[in-house]
Amino acid sequence: MNRPLRLFIGIGSWLITVAITLIGLAALTFFIGRVLPIDPVLSIVGEKATPEVYQKVYLELGLDKPIWLQFWDYLGKLLRGDFGTSFSTSRPVLTDLMNFFPATLELSTIGLIIGVVLGVPMGVASAYWHEKWPDHVLRVIGLVGYSVPVFWLGLVGLFIFYYLLGWVSGPGQLDVFYVGVVKRITGSILIDSAIAGEWEIFFNAISHMALPAMLLGYYSLAYISRMTRSVMLDQLSREYVLTARLKGASEFRAVAGHALRNAAIPLVTVIALSYGGLLEGSVLIETIFSWPGIGNYIYSSLFAADMNAVLGGTLLVGVVFVFLNMLSDVLYRALDPRSREFAK
Amino acid sequence: MSVTPDLVDDPKRAVRAARWAEFKVFTRRFMRNPLGVVGLVIVVLLLVCAAFAPLLATHDPYLPSLADRLAAPGANYWLGADELGRDIYSRILYGSRLTLLIVALVIVTSAPIGLIIGAVSGTVGGWVDVIFMRVTDVFLAIPKLLLALAFVAALGPGIVNAALAITLTAWPPYARLARAEALIVRNSDYVNAVRLAGASEFRIIVFHVIPMCLSSVIVRMTFDMAGIILTAAGLGFIGLGAQPPLPEWGAMISTGRKFIFDQWWVATMPGIAIFTVSLGFNLLGDAMRDLLDPHLRQRK
Repeated sequence: MNRPLRLFIGIGSWLITVAITLIGLAALTFFIGRVLPIDPVLSIVGEKATPEVYQKVYLELGLDKPIWLQFWDYLGKLLRGDFGTSFSTSRPVLTDLMNFFPATLELSTIGLIIGVVLGVPMGVASAYWHEKWPDHVLRVIGLVGYSVPVFWLGLVGLFIFYYLLGWVSGPGQLDVFYVGVVKRITGSILIDSAIAGEWEIFFNAISHMALPAMLLGYYSLAYISRMTRSVMLDQLSREYVLTARLKGASEFRAVAGHALRNAAIPLVTVIALSYGGLLEGSVLIETIFSWPGIGNYIYSSLFAADMNAVLGGTLLVGVVFVFLNMLSDVLYRALDPRSREFAK
Repeated sequence: MSVTPDLVDDPKRAVRAARWAEFKVFTRRFMRNPLGVVGLVIVVLLLVCAAFAPLLATHDPYLPSLADRLAAPGANYWLGADELGRDIYSRILYGSRLTLLIVALVIVTSAPIGLIIGAVSGTVGGWVDVIFMRVTDVFLAIPKLLLALAFVAALGPGIVNAALAITLTAWPPYARLARAEALIVRNSDYVNAVRLAGASEFRIIVFHVIPMCLSSVIVRMTFDMAGIILTAAGLGFIGLGAQPPLPEWGAMISTGRKFIFDQWWVATMPGIAIFTVSLGFNLLGDAMRDLLDPHLRQRK
């Protein structure tokens, strides 16, 4: 087969895989929302509804139709961007999600940057001094990050850095009197306040963001440094590193210039995956810090028994997850020529 | 031959001797890893706490004593008292039982489910493989905590439902793992030999493929326990896990949240318990992997 055709078939089968995964995702949320509750109608109208109301909602939900037809309708609605209406805010769920998502994205992006900037060098150092004391110290730091309940660390962090030391601001995105001052353009408070030139608000936002972002950063640092370590251990034992050293390359050049560059390819995948992990980790962090993001939205909807909102949020994060997986796949192929040559 | 005639004569004894020697080597190598030993000690301590909670506790974990509301840590209440005057130390001890219960429930359900799906998928191949792996991928594509959250929200809160929800998110890695091992074993000579001898696919999977997957599944299990404990605590914290008055650690942090600035011990103490236990499982898992996983370096 010639190359373009093979490439075409490759991309086609890959797109089908992604589509099937997305449909599966929808099937799962459909199952949780419509099939699992003993009576989905009761969960909407409540115990005291009259039979007429019950009947009306029953028909509105399309529960008289066969289940596969219901799923078909559900898929159609999702494709049209209809995630249902949130009972607690009485707005379409999609509007709500779009409102809250930028704040989550902002927080987890900063968390990811912290995680990468600190985690990668930590992993490299750990691999370079394998089984020496720096390795042990860095591994323990990573393991602690793996083992600590992130919501608890948030509470303790608030207690120490906000209450005892007063270094950072408390929960929320801004101090109360700043809320709503800046015009919403991108939804990211840092960018919006910078555009508006409100530097006071900008720094206020930073002092609110510092603690949750650092916690998320630590959370992703644990994963990233561990993965960097294992990839770098593999690379450093290869012969090309020895060759570089024999040629007289400096240690820094051999490690950073040769080994790390090869390690970078699998690391891209790792970083993309940990971005997904951060979106999830932010659910708990946001509830602690009253951060107006998706996690907080899902959390408060949970207590209003607002399943549309909960499932909509789950679906959105799931789609972002799938998208990140896709992205890491594409990047891997783009960066590593070997994976292109020997692809099926 | 003359050195060990009895071993040849008695194959069972030879096998036992070999196992014993293997075990001794394993123990020696394990003891050389100090972090692993720390992990083992923590896990053993957890088991002891759970088993002897009534003997070790100083108070009734459920009995409120309003006079001692939010008492600070001291001689009477070692780790302080919570908002109803219950002893936090005793509640943490009893809570270790709940933690172990959830971990056990999740492990005994998710590992076998994943193992069977993976082994069947890898051995049978073809359409079965494609369908099973697609399903596995879908579950892997969803963030674990969110899926568990949505699931418990639909089923209603409680320990068993929380464990079920975590199971739902915990089995796919086992399926992946078992499938990878099964793919290797599937075409090995000894499996072909059994197949020629007329063994059914069922027999091959149960007696010849699954045992080969066990060691990597066990390593994975040790690692997973820390994650399960954290997820369970997270669900408890959100209010979807164990319900009051049960002394579940995550739920205890959640009630202590209100008092974090003035009575910091209410939320801090259970968190230390969660952290210690999951660190223990992680350390143990790390050590086990170093010992049991021969192709550690090839894996990402």
